[in-house]
Amino acid sequence: MKFSLAEVQSAVASAIDELNQSRPADRQIGKSDETVLYGAGSVMDSLGLVNLIVSIESAVGERFGVAITLADEKAMSLRNSPFRSVGTLGAYVHQLVNEAE
Amino acid sequence: MSEKTKVMVVTGTRKGIGRYLSEYYLERGWTVAGCSREASDLSHPAYHHYCVDVADEAGVRKMAFDIGRRFGGVQALLNNAGIASMNHILLTPMKTTRRVFETNVFGTFLFCREFAKLMQRAGGGRIVNFATVATPLRLEGEAIYAASKAAIESLTQVMARELAELNILVNAVGPTPVKTDLIRSVPKEKMDALLARQAIRRFGEMRDVSNVCDFFLHPDSDFITGQVMYLGGVG
Ligand SMILES: NC(=O)c1ccc[n+]([C@@H]2O[C@H](COP(=O)([O-])OP(=O)(O)OC[C@H]3O[C@@H](n4cnc5c(N)ncnc54)[C@H](OP(=O)(O)O)[C@@H]3O)[C@@H](O)[C@H]2O)c1
Repeated sequence: MKFSLAEVQSAVASAIDELNQSRPADRQIGKSDETVLYGAGSVMDSLGLVNLIVSIESAVGERFGVAITLADEKAMSLRNSPFRSVGTLGAYVHQLVNEAE
Repeated sequence: MSEKTKVMVVTGTRKGIGRYLSEYYLERGWTVAGCSREASDLSHPAYHHYCVDVADEAGVRKMAFDIGRRFGGVQALLNNAGIASMNHILLTPMKTTRRVFETNVFGTFLFCREFAKLMQRAGGGRIVNFATVATPLRLEGEAIYAASKAAIESLTQVMARELAELNILVNAVGPTPVKTDLIRSVPKEKMDALLARQAIRRFGEMRDVSNVCDFFLHPDSDFITGQVMYLGGVG
């Protein structure tokens, strides 16, 4: 693996930080692995998720110099979507970053 | 790059309408990033060419990545690249059909998806897609082409709703025949019959297309989205 999980998790966290700057105090997105990203128990609506995905793609691009698209077929067809929580998303981004050329 | 320079992405810039639009907006101070499958001989300090097939997902992603790195955001996207197939439906090869849909529909989709992200980072933007009068005129001999452009109209209308929240406005221009290589092989009688169905019976000019793009890109057009504007009084 070219990039460690910790490095990728830190890029995801910085994308969340960036997004939180424009979110109200009571709707801040947590950074722990268990933070639920959508559905019941999430502070985000679908637009929030779209913004998060865009931020992560761009943070990953800046940090690792690779272009990834999170809306990958594999992701969309997985029974356990990687977009469930910050933890699963981090693991998924880690995999994509290392697969990218 | 000055603070005011705005970045526009135009697809299909090697020749035809895309070439004209690149030169037109370069003259008006835009930075233009263009693409086509083959190289371009357009040389201008603010023009950047990418040899990318619009239907190649990895290629489009790389182009967007490079533009994001170079310029940060993008303010406008003209999805001009397109191909036509003029054939009776019973004589239309599957391979042609696939190619038309890949270029016109999937290409438009991929550019919208990747560049809307760069527009979101720039705080919003404008997308102009390319339709055609062949769709509302139900032109015989152009079933596949007209259907692919009908798909672009639907994409335009639905994306307009999905992207409005991101301050990205999506519209389409539907040209009448304009004299480019695209229509060179259409027989004169067919062309005359087509022009006869327009309210204003002449060929479209390049400036007719840039005029509609200007309108969609104008700062005051910030309440205009999801619209398909045909030339020549068609529709
Ligand atoms: N001319 C008309 O009468 C007319 C009428 C209505 C609508 N339109 C629309 O206007 C747009 C432009 O048409 P045009 O008349 O300018 O056509 P054109 O003269 O044939 O030019 C097409 C341009 O698109 C590029 N292109 C084609 N396939 C591509 C691909 N897969 N990936 C990247 N670039 C590609 C070509 O360059 P490469 O070959 O190097 O790739 C070329 O620069 C099209 O969407 C067309 O449907 C035209």
